[in-house]
Amino acid sequence: MTRYVGKGVYNAVAIGRISLFGRNETVVQRTHVKDIQKEISRLEAAKSAAVQQLSEIYEKALKEVGETNAAIFEIHQMMLEDEDYNDSIQNIITTQQVNAEYAVAVTADNFAEMFAAMDDAYMQARAADVRDISNRIIANLLGTGNSAQTADDKMIICADDLAPSETVSLDKDKVLAFVTAHGSSNSHTAILARNMNIPAVIGVGDEFLSAVKDGDEAIVDGFTGEIFIDPDDETRERLTKKQADDLNRKRLLQELKGKENVTIDGRKINIYTNIGSIDNIGAVLANDAGGIGLFRSEFLYLESSDYPTEEQQFSAYKRVLESIAGKKVIIRTLDIGADKQADYFNLRKEENPALGCRAIRLCLTRPEIFRMQLRALFRASVYGNLGIMFPMITSVSEVQRALDMCEQVKSELKADDIEYSDKIEIGIMIETPAAAIISDKLAPMVDFFSVGTNDLTQYTLACDRQNPEIEQFVDTHHEAVLRLIEMSAENAHKHGKWIGICGELAADTSLTETFLRMGIDELSVSPSFVLPLRDAVRKIDLSK
Amino acid sequence: MKEFTYTITDPVGIHARPAGLLAKKAKEFGSVITISKNGKSAAATKLMALMGLGIKCGETVTVTVEGADEENAAAEMEKFFSENL
Repeated sequence: MTRYVGKGVYNAVAIGRISLFGRNETVVQRTHVKDIQKEISRLEAAKSAAVQQLSEIYEKALKEVGETNAAIFEIHQMMLEDEDYNDSIQNIITTQQVNAEYAVAVTADNFAEMFAAMDDAYMQARAADVRDISNRIIANLLGTGNSAQTADDKMIICADDLAPSETVSLDKDKVLAFVTAHGSSNSHTAILARNMNIPAVIGVGDEFLSAVKDGDEAIVDGFTGEIFIDPDDETRERLTKKQADDLNRKRLLQELKGKENVTIDGRKINIYTNIGSIDNIGAVLANDAGGIGLFRSEFLYLESSDYPTEEQQFSAYKRVLESIAGKKVIIRTLDIGADKQADYFNLRKEENPALGCRAIRLCLTRPEIFRMQLRALFRASVYGNLGIMFPMITSVSEVQRALDMCEQVKSELKADDIEYSDKIEIGIMIETPAAAIISDKLAPMVDFFSVGTNDLTQYTLACDRQNPEIEQFVDTHHEAVLRLIEMSAENAHKHGKWIGICGELAADTSLTETFLRMGIDELSVSPSFVLPLRDAVRKIDLSK
Repeated sequence: MKEFTYTITDPVGIHARPAGLLAKKAKEFGSVITISKNGKSAAATKLMALMGLGIKCGETVTVTVEGADEENAAAEMEKFFSENL
């Protein structure tokens, strides 16, 4: 068995045989031509054929990978029409009196080099797009076309690199996986593979390609980016199981996608997701979540070397709201403390950061940071269905001060004639015993509660959850914690407010029935737990 | 000639897709529209040159519009930038 590692770009396992993707390696000759006009017409014909082919590929991609991802082939068509690109080709033909193939190849090299030399990984990857369109024109000029398909069985397609159009042109039913020696995860090929639901590993290196041959047995693990050639029994067994588990999850998705989160006796519940970055939105949608129950806004601060500006925050929140199209998005305001901070915050070192100046306390002591975040949130609110929640609440006065800040921001926006939605729900996290105990007083002040079970457990049981030595004392199902949740739920409902759970306990299906009986209205979990949880809810009968 | 500056807020900057949209938009007008950043400039109708500027989020570009329909073109382009970029 030999193991190679690249970068997995789609999480799935494939077991099968290798097929080396043979591109017709076209060697372009430089030949002298006499009739320049004829050469230009040949070029024009090859180009319009290419435009035609690309619009067919675009249609195929539209069906298989959706509009956003198919857009690259529209861009390819526009690149083909690009003035500088065409001027360069025509120029070479006319001034050097050479064949169109050569002129296209030289132009392709120049433009690809320009992109490859840029300091941005995404732009560097565009070199592949220039080569893709240019190779298409050259193939049309030579009358060769690309050799697409392989054998009859489903195969693991291995190639040096795959152009986006080659990826989409392959007959999906015959491809088990893609493996390429080069390419980046920014390449459209990687993006397309992801959207075609085909396991893919890229950037495995040249030594891989020279070592494998057609028909070799292989296993591709898209989760880890590993490829095993001639796998041993243990590896085969392990990955066969992994494949089965993954397929089971996907089957669950097929079965449960679009279905309601409803118990046998008809009780409905919202299942939302917890995410910490814009990159996770794809997973939210793929797992059919009803919304985002906890969007951790920290990433904006932690990924940045200085305070993110109001504009940067606004555009990030707007993007989240827009990409989730009308579903609920609850954004938690900054939850940062001495144990999790960005340098520019200059937070003092604390003996006990879990009990220190963190989350809402930090926001209230540095109102400028808080005010800016709230302004960005309120401004973004017109682009979707926004909820805002405050972390680490322990008292009525904290909630009041946070609400006062919201009012201040609203009147500022009004004065500046800037729009905001009047349907924003404002809620608080119940993650301290204090908040749960006075939840009867907090409920009238807000629209909803969201229970953060990780911190609630740690503060209730006085157990540091990061200390492995006391793990045996951390009973996540401790009655004290459950009673606090139940008390909060009763108080929320008494005042006509809703209550959700966004901590790890929300995904614990052994507690789902307990939570439903308490009257919990929403559970927010990591994207991959949405469907297993829906499955669990649909098997519960509360009438028994 | 009309001129305005704009700071890119789209997290991906002017990448392939936004550049494509921008070039398409710029072709609607008779005026010559030029985008410049740090002394480098490109015609807004030229996709590859635009991409070649490598404009990222947070960077400020200067847009100049010159021609018979420059009033309208500049207004429309400014609107396009604030809505898409």
